[in-house]
Amino acid sequence: MNVNKNPKKGIMNRLIHDLKKNWLLWIMFFPVILYYVIFCYTPMYGIVLAFKKYKMKLGIMGSPWVGLDNFERFFRAYNFWDLIGNTLGISVYSIVVGFPAAIIFALMLNYLRLGKLKKTVQMVSYAPHFISTVVICGLLSIILDTNTGMLNKLLNVIGLESISFLAEPSMFKTIYVLSEVWQSMGWSSIIYISALAGVDYQMHEAAIIDGASKLQRIRHIDLPSIKSTIVMLFILKLGNLMSVGFEKVYLLQNELNFSASDIISTYTYRVGLEQSKFEYSTAVGLFNNVINVIILVSANMISRKVADESLW
Amino acid sequence: MVKKRKWMSTYSDKIFDVVNVLVMLFLLLIFVWPLYFVLIASVSDPTEVLRGNVVLWPKGLSIDSFVQLFKYKKLWIGYRNTLFYTVVGTVVNMIMTIICAYPLSRKDWLPRGFFMKMLLVTMYFSGGLIPTYIVVKNLGMVDTVWAMIIPSAISFYNALIMRSYFMNSIPDSLQEAASLDGANVLQYLVSIVIPLSKPVIAVITLYYAVWHWNDYYTALIYIYDRNLKPLQSVLRDILVSVTTVSSEMALTAEDMEALQEKIKLGQSLKYTSIIVSIIPMLVLYPFIQKYFVKGVMVGAIKG
Repeated sequence: MNVNKNPKKGIMNRLIHDLKKNWLLWIMFFPVILYYVIFCYTPMYGIVLAFKKYKMKLGIMGSPWVGLDNFERFFRAYNFWDLIGNTLGISVYSIVVGFPAAIIFALMLNYLRLGKLKKTVQMVSYAPHFISTVVICGLLSIILDTNTGMLNKLLNVIGLESISFLAEPSMFKTIYVLSEVWQSMGWSSIIYISALAGVDYQMHEAAIIDGASKLQRIRHIDLPSIKSTIVMLFILKLGNLMSVGFEKVYLLQNELNFSASDIISTYTYRVGLEQSKFEYSTAVGLFNNVINVIILVSANMISRKVADESLW
Repeated sequence: MVKKRKWMSTYSDKIFDVVNVLVMLFLLLIFVWPLYFVLIASVSDPTEVLRGNVVLWPKGLSIDSFVQLFKYKKLWIGYRNTLFYTVVGTVVNMIMTIICAYPLSRKDWLPRGFFMKMLLVTMYFSGGLIPTYIVVKNLGMVDTVWAMIIPSAISFYNALIMRSYFMNSIPDSLQEAASLDGANVLQYLVSIVIPLSKPVIAVITLYYAVWHWNDYYTALIYIYDRNLKPLQSVLRDILVSVTTVSSEMALTAEDMEALQEKIKLGQSLKYTSIIVSIIPMLVLYPFIQKYFVKGVMVGAIKG
């Protein structure tokens, strides 16, 4: 922020001056720089691997260039469209269901008059956020088990046949999304609850005097008041459109549901670490990352134009 | 007219309230029941659980499966490893996060803007799985405890939360006063900033600790040595191992019995291992949940 304070001095002079004045800050920050250079910027440089043919002996630097061969291989792969479709399918599905769910949950909690129930529901709804993905998947496999699972027992009671939920490709995305909602709805609602708490109560009082119902108050007071929060979180969500959480999909994946559960991140892992096709996996990962950044930037741009809200 | 509208709105409000309470009760059930079921299943007779008789309360109380679990050495090795990763990892995280957040919160630090941009980039763009793996491998960290700690030393998101707390909750005048008293930056940080930031430090410590406790991904990528595997990896082996019976196998009656025993044991091991792994969380959760929530609020301030 102070960059333009002394426009007459050159950047070198100012740097030297700052080093003298804030040398302790520089020393303090040095390990952080080291960390980011080693674990973030070196891997970013390692992306050149995507344009090379990796030879272990030659290292990344010495390996020969192959241009866009790795990308072409990916675009021509028999499962390219499956991977894209599954990745986008899962993430669009979970945004469509999960994003409004948290908002609706927050709005309903906001109008809940029974204080004790409200507190309990809130506290309990945050809990699943802290359970590990491994345990969530374990719970799913227990509850959805074909023979012993509680859901199938329930289906049997009402006279329906058991379903092998986890072996059914058509069920996979729904299982993923609903368990995602279960796990994250409460936690994601916190930010909306705090935004709703900031809404001026006088507006509500005026609306009540005018005879507005609660649904009308939600529609005309609450939602417009938290619009900017909603838009910002939505842009952030869009920025992760192509990065579906690896862990849960990986853990729920099996040979039977594979056609619906193979996504880009599990593919990157499989070809990269299990089959050691380093350069190919890097190319697939880079493709994914670039698309993500493009979506994020354009979502931000559109929202700045349309709704006058943006992240930066 | 006005009267009628008023009556209509109170009428719709009544319905709204009733629906609201019903939905909340239903959600309460949905949130609690899966965990509650695992809890009662873990102390019930495995046969009853398999038959589906355990729904609301435990049947045929037995702690056999816990006794079995105690003999399951792999789980305890995992437990020990995870405790180590969580404690050491969180300490490293906190030190790194503070020395990252503090300089970035100082408005009088020249390269602040530059470093902010460089670090923000890493939130949206990364080298990806393989390039990162190659770096960690070249550092000789694969299959060592360091792979669980060093590559994830900072979460920039947490550093941003801390930075915005430093900037918004600690008055600049304190720093001027401290420097007049002859305290240097380090002394000021340790004796004034950190004590004043206890709430945010508590929150972020908890975030990191929970992250380490639940971390499965890091070990999947970097740890192959069985003795270094964390709890979550062991849990995965217990929870996901499916004991399938192929119908073509000719089974004698004795075989069948042995197999059933095995399945039963496998099942009850699932419940008990889940309980053992989330017990620290279950016990601490009611006390610390308000801190977690506070963290979201602090983080929500656009910095």
